[in-house]
Amino acid sequence: MSQLYDFHGGIHPPQHKDAATGRPIQQLPLPPQLYIALAQSVGNPARPTVSVGQPVLKGQQLAEPDGRLSAAVHAPTSGTITAIGPHPFAHPSGLPVATITLAPDGLDSWQPRSPLAWQDASPAQLRSHLQDMGVVGLGGAVFPTHLKLGASPLATLVVNGAECEPFISCDDMLMRERAAGIVDGIRIAAHALQAGQVLIGIEDNKPQAIAAMQAACAGTPYRVVSIPTKYPSGGAKQLIRLLTGIEVPHGTRATDLGVQCLNVGTLYAMARAVLHGEPLLSRVVTVTGAVAYAANYEVAIGTPLAWLLQQAGMADAQTEVIMGGPMMGITLPDLHAGLPKAGNCLIAKSAALFPPRPPEQACIRCGDCASVCPAQLQPMDLFWFAKSRNFGKAQERHLFDCIECGACSYVCPSQIPLVDYYRFAKSEIWAAERDKKNASLARQRHEFRQFRIERDKSEKAARLAARAAEQAAKLASQAATPAAASTAPAASGMDDAKKAAIAAALARAAAQKEAKPLSEQHTSGLDDAKQAAIQAAMARAAARKAASDAAKAADAANPDSPPATTPAQTGMDDAKRAAIEAAMARAAARKAAADAAKAADAANPDSPPAAAPTQTGMDDAKRAAVEAAMARAAARKAASDAAKAADAANPDSPPATTPTQTGMDDAKRAAVEAAMARAAARKAAAQAQKDASE
Amino acid sequence: MSRHATHIAQPVTVSRVMLKVLAALLPGIAVSVYCFGPGVLVQLLLATLTALGAEAAVLRLRQRPVAPALADLSAVVTAWLLALSMPPLGAWWMIVVATLFAIVLGKQLYGGLGNNPFNPAMVGFAVMIVSFPAQMAAWGTPLAALDATAQLQWIFTHTLPAGSSVDAVSSATPLDVLKTGLLQGGQDVAQLLLQPRFGQWGNAGGEWVALAWALGGLWLWQQKLIPWRTPLAMLAGVLAVSLPLWLWQPAHYASPLFHLLNGATLLAAGFIVTDPISGSTTPLGRLIFGFMVGVLVVVIRVFGGFPDAVAFAVLIMNMAVPFIDQTTQPRVFGRKGGRHA
Ligand code: SF4
Ligand code: SF4
Repeated sequence: MSQLYDFHGGIHPPQHKDAATGRPIQQLPLPPQLYIALAQSVGNPARPTVSVGQPVLKGQQLAEPDGRLSAAVHAPTSGTITAIGPHPFAHPSGLPVATITLAPDGLDSWQPRSPLAWQDASPAQLRSHLQDMGVVGLGGAVFPTHLKLGASPLATLVVNGAECEPFISCDDMLMRERAAGIVDGIRIAAHALQAGQVLIGIEDNKPQAIAAMQAACAGTPYRVVSIPTKYPSGGAKQLIRLLTGIEVPHGTRATDLGVQCLNVGTLYAMARAVLHGEPLLSRVVTVTGAVAYAANYEVAIGTPLAWLLQQAGMADAQTEVIMGGPMMGITLPDLHAGLPKAGNCLIAKSAALFPPRPPEQACIRCGDCASVCPAQLQPMDLFWFAKSRNFGKAQERHLFDCIECGACSYVCPSQIPLVDYYRFAKSEIWAAERDKKNASLARQRHEFRQFRIERDKSEKAARLAARAAEQAAKLASQAATPAAASTAPAASGMDDAKKAAIAAALARAAAQKEAKPLSEQHTSGLDDAKQAAIQAAMARAAARKAASDAAKAADAANPDSPPATTPAQTGMDDAKRAAIEAAMARAAARKAAADAAKAADAANPDSPPAAAPTQTGMDDAKRAAVEAAMARAAARKAASDAAKAADAANPDSPPATTPTQTGMDDAKRAAVEAAMARAAARKAAAQAQKDASE
Repeated sequence: MSRHATHIAQPVTVSRVMLKVLAALLPGIAVSVYCFGPGVLVQLLLATLTALGAEAAVLRLRQRPVAPALADLSAVVTAWLLALSMPPLGAWWMIVVATLFAIVLGKQLYGGLGNNPFNPAMVGFAVMIVSFPAQMAAWGTPLAALDATAQLQWIFTHTLPAGSSVDAVSSATPLDVLKTGLLQGGQDVAQLLLQPRFGQWGNAGGEWVALAWALGGLWLWQQKLIPWRTPLAMLAGVLAVSLPLWLWQPAHYASPLFHLLNGATLLAAGFIVTDPISGSTTPLGRLIFGFMVGVLVVVIRVFGGFPDAVAFAVLIMNMAVPFIDQTTQPRVFGRKGGRHA
């Protein structure tokens, strides 16, 4: 006998299980139609692989899994597909879901079955087999089973035979009658998980099931543990706590703590799938309450619930029916739905079994809810926060740790349907989070668009500036003073370089800014490194463009020097104008030179990192750094040269008012200096380009 | 009801809970009537009628459904607790005023059942003891041979039939007598307690009433209607202060037993600190809340200026409840630690 660990709280509602356990599991004839919904498990609905009118064999796949979190769906019997489309579904929303309608042909003829040699199969093979066989958790949560067999080795496999909700007895009957099959399933799961120990938890109100399981486990290391009857001992977390003492916090996977929990019905289905190659085509479902023949029925998935209830002797088709237990089950909106894999129990309500709840009263803070809460929450506080729409507070008090077991609602003397309030609060929080996510996506899109517009604008501006520079150069070519003429375009050339540099910096900043949201956004797409590389390339391209613009601008200054050699041709007016222009140009040139120096400096530190993703190894990086340093130095020199050139133009301007005095010598000198400045600018541009391309 | 609601519920209602609380008060009421006469029943009746009337009137003003609120019996519980805390032979208008304050100020102005931060009965009591200290201190003499007619006459007209002594209706409570005696000096506790007013265990008649309250409280606990933590912690708080004082200077300080059997100590332990609405709800919080009420009761009795201290102790701790609850949040399943400020 292993040690038991109690869990906090819990309740003892009336059991009502005996009504359905008096008879063995009942078989029913096939219904006239089967409505097999494509959404049979947690995760993505399966994708249909058949078409209307197509004859299918029993066990044939009707729909394939869509991604990892999905399981296949099969034909529970042979027949013809008569429809694929929306049909009522066993869900509280009452919204129809995509459903395959199958008209049985009555032959029930199997397709060839392929069992899996599980002892030789790899865990991955077993997982894909189970996914293809459509095996999902039959305890009610319908989580695809293959995803539960991931982690191995595992310390403890917990087998859930607790079945703690009132009325439900399908697991009880399955254990009584098919214990050997369940143990086969345990064997396969324990093998796949390399489980250190297997603990089978069964509530002590099922002595026959305990005896049967004990007999079936004889000679195995699997231990059947009788646990006290207390709702919700069958909750996975509660059962794990009961049997191992481990508490699985909200948001943590049990396997991370070395334990996994599988329901007995699931294990039985797993054994059928592996040993016999039978997909999950049917399940045992308790039909009880206001029916004449309360019992457990083995029923094909997709069996219309109305038909099933009628077979079980439900007199009035208008009766409200609960699917699941009275604690966590749902009132079915439409009995035309087919039985889903999740359908463990149908309870036809009667006024005697389900008297209407007295009207809700104010919470008197009696704390009864807290003393029964298995999650050890303070339900009355959560209720208060939910009711006052203080969702942040509710979350702070661990609203999401609530397993919605309903124990609190059950005991509340004020008859408050507490779980309703928690569901409401949770859905509000989810909705708010969805909105937030959507908003931030929209913001990212908007920012990217802004960036693009900005980039296009600055590129256009650079182009315009370049053209303007050319025009200015042409204009200056007619000027009398060569120095002024030469400095003016140089200045405007520098201006362009500045603009280009700014554009490059902008682009870079934008690229850097974009890098983050983009990488956050595409979680499944490009990985971050790739994105960084792309952005680096973009930045590089922008820098290159800026550099070439600068070069172009510098070139634009070229045509001005030849006219500088013919200063004598221009008259006084021209000279005056030239002098003014020269003064302006001088100021501009000085500023441009300073900016160019700054820009060159600024451009440097960025280029190496931009290049980094493409380069590998330390050497490259080092070389790049050295080159960058050299380029920086050169750029600085070029800038100072440009400044000098601009300064050199200074002495010429005052004399420009007296052009006759200056003569050819000055003009010559100016021309030479202009040429030098040109060369320096060209060199600077080239360096900048080299720099940028690093 | 939503499709996803919990489909079954325990057949428990607030009315039934309140009904059981009233039932648990019956033994104490019986002993009270035996000791102090039928005046006790008059007080209960006056309080009940006033409470229901006031509740109905305010609900109508607030345009809330009246019938369900009256049917939850919470107003009756408040009325009874108040009536049982007040002097059994107090004038009729005193209990009426006290109940009005309790229901209107203590309960409905905060939004009615479930929303009142203070115990309504204690609000009513505190208002009276502050406003009418002399009248509130005038207790009936236990087992005084005063018949029902005389009691009624006293309660409603403040007169007595010829031949009756005023002492029968206005003797001070043992707490008061002891306090005054000690203040006057000359006598120590042991000598003072020899007076008949103190009976066998320090409170003639009252000691039996107190034990009957304890009995009712035990039954409520057995019925799982009150937690054990708050009452036990309160008694522990009473002991924690009274015991060291008594051991230190028995001539100046009354014994823990005296404190337990006097005033409203045991009534409070079973029925007042266990009021869920104005009390703490966390397990640790209940211990702190109860303990501190117990401590304050003795401290105020011994060092304060009022004859009894339960009402003030409870009201002070009611104020601390939000803070206590906030800082004593229990550990949530699977999570480490728990208490978060
Ligand atoms: S059980 Fe109901 S009345 Fe009591 S504290 Fe919880 S919510 Fe409030
Ligand atoms: S429904 Fe949530 S809050 Fe209520 S008892 Fe269950 S876990 Fe606790």
